[in-house]
Amino acid sequence: MKAGKEPASPEQACQSGQSGQSGQSGQSGQAGQAGQAGQAIEVQDLHKAFGDLEVLKGIDFSVGRGEVVCVIGPSGSGKSTLLRCVNLLEEPTSGTVTVAGTEVTDPDVDIDRVRRRIGMVFQSFNLFPHLTALENLTIAQRRVLRRGKEEANRVARRNLRRVGLSEKEAAYPAQLSGGQQQRVAIARALSMDPELMLFDEPTSALDPELVGDVLAVMRSLAREGMTMLVVTHEMSFAREVADRVVFMDGGVIVEQGTPDRVVGDPQHERTRTFLARVLDPAAAEVGEVPDVGPHTKRVDR
Amino acid sequence: MPLSLALSRRQRARVFRGVQYAVLLLAIAAFALVADWGTLREAFFDVDVARALFPEIITTALVNTAFYALLGFGFGLGLGLVLAMMRLSSVPPYRWLAIAYIEFFRGIPALLVFISLGFGVPLAFEVALDMNVTVMLSLGLVGAAYMAETIRAGIQAVPKGQWEAARSLGMSPGRAMVSIVMPQAFRIVLPPLTNELILLTKDSSLVYLLGLSLGQFELANFGRDALNEHKSLTPILIAGLLYLVITLPLGHLVRRLEARTAKAR
Repeated sequence: MKAGKEPASPEQACQSGQSGQSGQSGQSGQAGQAGQAGQAIEVQDLHKAFGDLEVLKGIDFSVGRGEVVCVIGPSGSGKSTLLRCVNLLEEPTSGTVTVAGTEVTDPDVDIDRVRRRIGMVFQSFNLFPHLTALENLTIAQRRVLRRGKEEANRVARRNLRRVGLSEKEAAYPAQLSGGQQQRVAIARALSMDPELMLFDEPTSALDPELVGDVLAVMRSLAREGMTMLVVTHEMSFAREVADRVVFMDGGVIVEQGTPDRVVGDPQHERTRTFLARVLDPAAAEVGEVPDVGPHTKRVDR
Repeated sequence: MPLSLALSRRQRARVFRGVQYAVLLLAIAAFALVADWGTLREAFFDVDVARALFPEIITTALVNTAFYALLGFGFGLGLGLVLAMMRLSSVPPYRWLAIAYIEFFRGIPALLVFISLGFGVPLAFEVALDMNVTVMLSLGLVGAAYMAETIRAGIQAVPKGQWEAARSLGMSPGRAMVSIVMPQAFRIVLPPLTNELILLTKDSSLVYLLGLSLGQFELANFGRDALNEHKSLTPILIAGLLYLVITLPLGHLVRRLEARTAKAR
């Protein structure tokens, strides 16, 4: 895919080769950078604690190239932390995270180089308020990728068109609706030509009537074959777009599988309880779904 | 008593306000009767004395006041920026140094700094500092302590998400600071920094300590000199009004900047 024309790739692969951590797969990752081999994201035995609070209690999990994975789960389950560990916005306490053949948890890794290849979309958009929409899309292209002004503008305009906001290029974030801001934020991430995209509850801060436009953009991205890891509460989106759904609770992965299996026919009580609440909040308020307890066995794949 | 009980709360408030106006009018009338208007006019509004002050009080004194203030502000801003960065450093000794500096120079009178640099340093080290350098250092060293805290607060007021977004795009810490955090922090600190410039404009009057030559006079010095010459308070009043010529527009600017910042949020 895109990795083929990424000049940084060979170096990156070498770095991960040197770290020699997963010998065999490191080698094949190096050889197959541009090809299908190797996972986009590989997480092994990931732990993360904030002080005494253990948020991630041993996560093993991977995302294949071109795969769309949705992570669902109650708030506080650690799903956002997991996502933020992938581009090292959070430093894992232990375990390894490998992105496109580069081990990001290696202390010697040049994290800025890796992050260029990982698009990140935040719940609160985090557009740069002192820059116009177009400048939001060009600043990292110019300062990080060292693209010329013309090229950066061309890429930026192409991505604004992709999210349906060509006419807003001169607007400042404060002049845009939440939905428009989030679409600009997606376009900003896309302008770096990322190999994969992380979405951290991208629609949670939006008014309900604005959610649809953002989901439509994400849907078309998925259709174009972008590798996506999405933390979300939008069950219908997960069912429709995801190749795989991961349910997390209490810092562990409880179950994962196709959307039809996890959302349609969950195997675990905890998943069922959660889905009942999310899909029909009114009903959950009336009476707690009885906790059947002992057979809620955790499955860490 | 029955009267006050008969009044509604609103009526009572009106009566009370009426009393306040009455007291004020009485005080003004008493002052107008007692005051010796002839002497006052002579002391504060002597037209001949006032005329003799111009144009030098503008071309020399006002210009010098603005020049000294800007000199101190420029140096203070630069040093304040460095101190703010040290204050936010992840290396503890830098933080300690910055905190010690800020606490020290915020806590002592600017007058002491002027005396130290104007007389102490030349005597102790037998060096002659240039006048402008002395002014720049004296005003700047104190101003920097205040500005460092202002700038630090401004940087910390930029939401963490801005930093995360910048780093997620692959920006280095330095790049994220320069391209994303600083421009936003600068907008936040512009009003308080302008306030600092107002304070420095007034503090520039302390240079009168340094024993200036005529061409180096600023407003306070010029006014004092003219006071001696004319035995009249008029120069002091005019010098005071000319400070307002600088500080009032700046104060107005601060309010406009604050309104703009409030709107942008």
